[in-house]
Amino acid sequence: MSGMFTVLANFLAGLGRAQFFLLSVLAAIPSALMRPRLLVQQLYMVGVLSLIIIVISGSFVGMVLALQGFRTLVRFGAEESLGVFVALVIVRELGPVVTALLFAGRAGSALAAEIGLMKATDQLSAMEMMAVDPIRRVIAPRFIAGVLAMPLLAGIFCVMAIGIAGGHAVGVELLGVDAGSYWSQIRGAVEIDDIVQSFIKSIVFGAAISWIAVYQGYHAAPTSEGVSRATTSTVVVSSLSILALDFVLTAFMFR
Amino acid sequence: MSTSTSDNPAVAADALVRVRGVSFRQGTRAIYEGVDLDIPRGKLTAILGPSGTGKTTLLRLIGGQWRPQAGTVHFDGIDVHAQSRQQLYTLRKRMGLLFQNGALLTDLSVFDNVAFPLREHTTLPESIIRDLVLMKLEAVGLRGARDLFPEQLSGGMARRVALARAIALEPELVMYDEPFTGQDPISMGVLMRLIRSLNEALGITSIVVSHDVEEVLSIADYAYIVGGGKVLDQGTPERIRASSSELVQQFLTGAPDGPIAFHYKGKPYLQDLQGTGA
Repeated sequence: MSGMFTVLANFLAGLGRAQFFLLSVLAAIPSALMRPRLLVQQLYMVGVLSLIIIVISGSFVGMVLALQGFRTLVRFGAEESLGVFVALVIVRELGPVVTALLFAGRAGSALAAEIGLMKATDQLSAMEMMAVDPIRRVIAPRFIAGVLAMPLLAGIFCVMAIGIAGGHAVGVELLGVDAGSYWSQIRGAVEIDDIVQSFIKSIVFGAAISWIAVYQGYHAAPTSEGVSRATTSTVVVSSLSILALDFVLTAFMFR
Repeated sequence: MSTSTSDNPAVAADALVRVRGVSFRQGTRAIYEGVDLDIPRGKLTAILGPSGTGKTTLLRLIGGQWRPQAGTVHFDGIDVHAQSRQQLYTLRKRMGLLFQNGALLTDLSVFDNVAFPLREHTTLPESIIRDLVLMKLEAVGLRGARDLFPEQLSGGMARRVALARAIALEPELVMYDEPFTGQDPISMGVLMRLIRSLNEALGITSIVVSHDVEEVLSIADYAYIVGGGKVLDQGTPERIRASSSELVQQFLTGAPDGPIAFHYKGKPYLQDLQGTGA
């Protein structure tokens, strides 16, 4: 019983530390925004370098959804609704969620490992001794870049999954669904609210992943084992948080 | 045996760093217990002691990165640990710390590493920053290596780049954390000459933390020997070499056994082999 209390107390203490850390990162955001070069560099690292995995995954998820959807819809003679099926599933759920899971694995882990290694090799201490605040110089630009990159990547994922190489390629080009009805039904069924809510989800996921990654990296034990643990925790905690947050957000948004 | 710092007017008169009654614990382990130290202005002071005695800790206490549980550290009359974060950063612009591994920023080239503090703290035009960086790199003999990245440097070169970076803002105090560890004789000689010549040419105060006794004593003006959480002895290199303290002599001669035991504390050997006793 006392063991359970200790685990709970440690969890709450960790959460408290993470919140204080987030506050200091948020306080450093204005000064980080004044240095666009650092921000662009980090957007490249977390955003542009994640593009390939997002584009390829988006295409395959769209293709598989089209195949599966077509099999079911054709039984009811409703294959013309394939576009709606693919678009709603992607925009409302799979777009932001799968992008976030991939983003946590690709960019979150890289952020945590990079910051953890900077700590282990005294680079963060060296900055402090040079009177440069590492939260402002290192952490804040990475956090902002993560929050900005996530919705952009989720948007690209959706475009790839619904159009270009995903649902459209399989549904229209391969299975022969009429292109006109594929797109017109999407336009009729997908509302602006769906897109806005999807956008909100991806921003929340981006903030959660970036927060977890920079916190884990910054508080990693300065050893190789510590950095490895921080990287693993980032992916595990981020993934679980994304799924939990998705449930909460969906429950509130799509009532 | 050991002379009290305040008894030594030559040291106490013009100290840039004044450490008084500092106690510092990490967990249950006491690193320092009521230590007094004075770092004389413009001189090269060595802090010597066996590994694990908290020499690096002392530099972190002086730099304000760690806070002692008791006692004060004054830098040029300013209480380091009574400063706000912003004031501490202002104070740190007057100090440079050379980390044991160099701690160069791995995503920046040698040139950008040395330019880093200048770009962060000044609004100098890039042409002047370029000249300043090249001057600092010339001083450490690495002007030709400006385009290399940290992973392309040897350990000695990395430390010289870190030294150029540490003096970029022309600080009053430069602290060297184990600058000679793992260096071949040539690198060590280069680093020793650099540390001494920078101290004289720039008129900076230097603290060299090390356990390479002979090398450091050959360039130091004054030395402290720390161990067991205390200052064991202090004085000019000649005085340290002539110390009658068994502990100091064990450290200077590198004898494996003496006041500092070869064996880590444990139960008697025979008892351990027989598997008896608690």
